[in-house]
Amino acid sequence: MEGGDATRARRATVRLCSICNQRKAALKRPKTLEQICRECFYVVFEDEIHRTIVDNHLFKPGERVAIGASGGKDSTVLAYVLSELNRRHNYGLDLFLLSVDEGITGYRDDSLETVKRNEIQYGLPLKIVSYKTLYGWTMDEIVKAIGLKNNCTFCGVFRRQALDRGAAVMKADKLVTGHNADDMAETILLNILRGDIARLGRCTLITTGEDGPIPRCKPFKYTYEKEIIYTYAYFKKLDYFSTECIYSPNAYRGFAREFIKDLERIRPRAILDIIRSGENFRISSSTKMPEQGTCERCGYISSQKLCKACVLLDGLNRGLPKQGIGRTKGLNKSKDEENKNSSFHSKPCGTLDI
Amino acid sequence: MHLTLEFGGGLELLCKSVKIHEVDVDTKSGEDKLTMKDLLSWIQANVIKERPEMFMKGDSVRPGVLVLVNDCDWELSGNLDTTLEEKDVVVFISTLHGG
Repeated sequence: MEGGDATRARRATVRLCSICNQRKAALKRPKTLEQICRECFYVVFEDEIHRTIVDNHLFKPGERVAIGASGGKDSTVLAYVLSELNRRHNYGLDLFLLSVDEGITGYRDDSLETVKRNEIQYGLPLKIVSYKTLYGWTMDEIVKAIGLKNNCTFCGVFRRQALDRGAAVMKADKLVTGHNADDMAETILLNILRGDIARLGRCTLITTGEDGPIPRCKPFKYTYEKEIIYTYAYFKKLDYFSTECIYSPNAYRGFAREFIKDLERIRPRAILDIIRSGENFRISSSTKMPEQGTCERCGYISSQKLCKACVLLDGLNRGLPKQGIGRTKGLNKSKDEENKNSSFHSKPCGTLDI
Repeated sequence: MHLTLEFGGGLELLCKSVKIHEVDVDTKSGEDKLTMKDLLSWIQANVIKERPEMFMKGDSVRPGVLVLVNDCDWELSGNLDTTLEEKDVVVFISTLHGG
């Protein structure tokens, strides 16, 4: 793409970068409304992420870190930025890419190809874990069994665990994901809308699961999605694949997402302010919070006897796919009842072996 | 007026999965200039083949769609009022398709 002809009238009136005062401004930072040039943008973008990593003590030297890689823009930019910062600032991290194959024909096929190219471009090893291996079911098979109504619940719950399980298999010390500031603002809103106080308290943490086997962190917590896209758009070499999941044309999250984008257009700071509000919520001491324990069947963190994935999987395997959807907690209701139902014939999900 | 249009971030799915479109857009009679506003309605009529609501909202792009004119965010050149010139490159990237 050519920069354009500097002699044209329109471009002559364009403002100069407010940082270097030399080159023409190419973008307006949503965080600060500063108008800056591409070159200065790369510097501040990467510097801010470095600061976030250092200030929040996200990593220790020598750690083996799994980068959750979907082939989408966020994880692609994250893989690029982390490998860059690791080199530049000598973090001493052993980085690798970790991808999940949900088994959705035509969806992951292409994006996994992108991750494979990232593997070569950034010289990071890649490990792919599939739903089929972990749970015995592909998403296509799940949709066949349950239809299109609650399939996103299955996919979301399974995906979350798949990354942890994959990271454990690969002996990682930590897992990083490409969740950005927009994603976090969205999640805060969703947790408010659902009245999910426990998650509302947890969802703004930059690192979660520190007492569990594999802590997760979000180096892009304060990074605007828009700036991630700029990075992608400017580095043509950044290879990123995007398509809608064929099974989720109108998920609830989509509405929250659009609402956030509407707010951002009017007042870009809104995104950071929602995060700040979320961080500063104080849950009254009289609120009863679920206790965190581990799943009896697979060992994954769970506030119930069985984790959500095991409940869903149990339903699928027994031909009761609605089990675990919505408010009824069939399997977790009573232990005695559960002991009577030992008709487990299909493949159970493996235990976390750490 | 000859322009290069690029669609990314999932928007290409709205135009038969073609990312780069070399197009010639007629300016309104009596005028020799084209604004982004004109271009958007031209795109809607000539390029977008399905689900136009994923691209437009009201008379502008849907919030969450990034627009770059010759690598510059269109916010710096006046959004809908941005004037286009021969051989400009206009990039549309959606941020709404997840990452």
